[in-house]
Amino acid sequence: MQSLETAAPRRDPAPSRWAFRLHRLWLTPLFRGLMRVGLPVFALVFGLGWVFSVPENRDLVAEQIAELRRSIAERPEFMVKLMAIDGASAELAEDIREVLPIDFPRSSFDLELEALQEVVEELDAVAAADLRIRPGGILQVDVTERIPAVVWRIAGQLEMLDAVGRRVAPLAHRSDRADLPLIAGEGGDVAVPEALDLIVAAAPMAGRVRGLVRMGNRRWDVVLDRDQRILLPETGAVAALERVIALDHAQGLLARDLSVVDLRNAARPTLRMAPQALEELRRIKALERGDALQ
Amino acid sequence: MTDLYDTQRAMRNMRKAALQRGVIAILDVGTSKIACLVLRFDGPERYRETDGVGSLAGQSSFRVIGAATTRSRGVRLGEIDAMNETERAIRTAVQAAQKMANVRVDHVIACFSGAKPRSYGLDGMIELHDSTVTEQDVARVMAACDVPDFGEGREVLHAQPVNFALDHRSGLGDPRGQIGNRLACDMHLLTIDRDVVQNLLYAIKRCDMELAGIASSAYASGISSLVEDEQELGAACIDMGGGATGISVFIKKHMIYADSVRLGGDHVTQDISKGLQVSLGTAERIKTFYGGVVATGMDDREMIEIGGDTGDWEHDRRTVSRAELIGIMRPRVEEILEEVRERLDGAGFEHLPSQQIVLTGGASQIPGLDGLAPKILGNQVRLGRPLRVQGLPQAATGAAFASCVGLSLFAAHPQDEWWDFEMPIERYPARSLRRAIKWFKDNW
Repeated sequence: MQSLETAAPRRDPAPSRWAFRLHRLWLTPLFRGLMRVGLPVFALVFGLGWVFSVPENRDLVAEQIAELRRSIAERPEFMVKLMAIDGASAELAEDIREVLPIDFPRSSFDLELEALQEVVEELDAVAAADLRIRPGGILQVDVTERIPAVVWRIAGQLEMLDAVGRRVAPLAHRSDRADLPLIAGEGGDVAVPEALDLIVAAAPMAGRVRGLVRMGNRRWDVVLDRDQRILLPETGAVAALERVIALDHAQGLLARDLSVVDLRNAARPTLRMAPQALEELRRIKALERGDALQ
Repeated sequence: MTDLYDTQRAMRNMRKAALQRGVIAILDVGTSKIACLVLRFDGPERYRETDGVGSLAGQSSFRVIGAATTRSRGVRLGEIDAMNETERAIRTAVQAAQKMANVRVDHVIACFSGAKPRSYGLDGMIELHDSTVTEQDVARVMAACDVPDFGEGREVLHAQPVNFALDHRSGLGDPRGQIGNRLACDMHLLTIDRDVVQNLLYAIKRCDMELAGIASSAYASGISSLVEDEQELGAACIDMGGGATGISVFIKKHMIYADSVRLGGDHVTQDISKGLQVSLGTAERIKTFYGGVVATGMDDREMIEIGGDTGDWEHDRRTVSRAELIGIMRPRVEEILEEVRERLDGAGFEHLPSQQIVLTGGASQIPGLDGLAPKILGNQVRLGRPLRVQGLPQAATGAAFASCVGLSLFAAHPQDEWWDFEMPIERYPARSLRRAIKWFKDNW
């Protein structure tokens, strides 16, 4: 028999029992998965959780991130140095510069173009605005202005409105934009498209039209010179006006001494004559009856 | 008997569990080397019956994914001699094979060559209850075989039904469903020394693995080295190992006899060591490089440096001619073969229709053995190499690995053994619930 206390062999190729067991354990799929995935994930999660459980560490990390972001955002390539406004008149450009509260130079990371675009489009005179940052650090503002179509007199003030009735700008004197037709009355801005149609229809007597008045927020009156008025119905106003113009053309209706042509009820057009004309009419009628001879 | 029946059944269940898991280890505990193969089973559905015979005659349902060999330690004559040493050697082999396979193996099927195997031919006969043979009848006829008194301290290793006879018709492979009155059965019983196998079980258990089967290495070598018609017509496989030479005789694809001669290649090495006064290691090297059994005139002139490290110049510069070496080896090889011949004669091998003898195992690689063996064993002798199995490394395809490969085939397709059949109903305890269930099954 071998001696029990044998000296260790020079090199035993056999694994020890524990080495053998550990090797088998390592070959166990579950254990292996746990070691290769579970343990690193656990260590990572645990470590991060431990680090972030201290408020100073959280602040430090947040600060570092903010610092990093700032250092990138403030690189000269990302700085916006000036603003260019295209498509706007001088006053509008001035207004835009006023409403956009940006002090240049500023990093493009801090510019929220959509918010700025909303601010610009809130201006009355701006129909649409397009903001972008041009290479070279320029904030490019492309503006489409609203085009005034009528002058609206309301509560003693003059406003310019565009073709859909949106306010464009106030107006100091009517004579400043004598080329634009005048409308008046409450609710006139809402009915601007109809008013424009009426003005087009009234082109044959354009020289006589002083303006349109919105009555009771329902219908239009056409005001002519010599204190004449054409009262138009709520619906079919353009047709009614064309009818009056046709009558005028055929019989010189408006050249006569009328004060009102009332077409509010299409079935019963009514004329109101001026007081002197009425007197005259009555006198002539009396003459015809021979009253004056008696 | 019932005890053994249960342990063998438990091993069969373990094997089933291992196949389900798909990985099983093959361990050949030999005298000169311990080899471990790791097999991966792909499941039976990959090669269905309808596909015809698959590659390798349908044996390709498994694949060798790990193989390792280590020098055996603590094994003499195919039996464990020093438990700790053997355990270490088994650990070395298993760990290396696992490492190569990159998978953990829990179940192992082992074989060994020693333990004095002894064959018994059993026969039993019963009268059938009704004229058709049922599975129950097969179990009954096997239980009716009168078991010889094989002595205290012996254990049954294999108990395979090899032949069934119904009335006067013999040679039935499967009698179930056939009509007759008397059913007779021949069974081959192989017993071994209990202590030896228990040592092996203990060594494997100490390696944290479970035994899913155990086989005699002579049987395993026969499975892998004999080709199919040799197994069918009758042949003997001589597995010439390091410490023992196993003999197994096959006919009709059943092993009918197994024995072991306790002589092997190691004895040749010892003879060389003694005869030439060299160390065992040197003797092994000389045997491997220059060994042979048939001397020619050329061998007188071929001088072999046998060396030595005593420091004595004359002693360290000794040479022998190859003829001298052959002169030492040949008597021992002849002795082994004569011993084998004796065993075969004792078993009545000459009565088989075909008397093919296949030499395999590590010691069968001695040059010239194919000339020497026919002189002793008869002229139908060939050298055998194991069947090629999928994934086996080139280094493990030699004749020395015949029992490893055979054990792989055994793991994939074990032969029906006695314990694979159900226990006959009479053997159940009288008040057993299973007996009641069985009664219901039979009568309703």
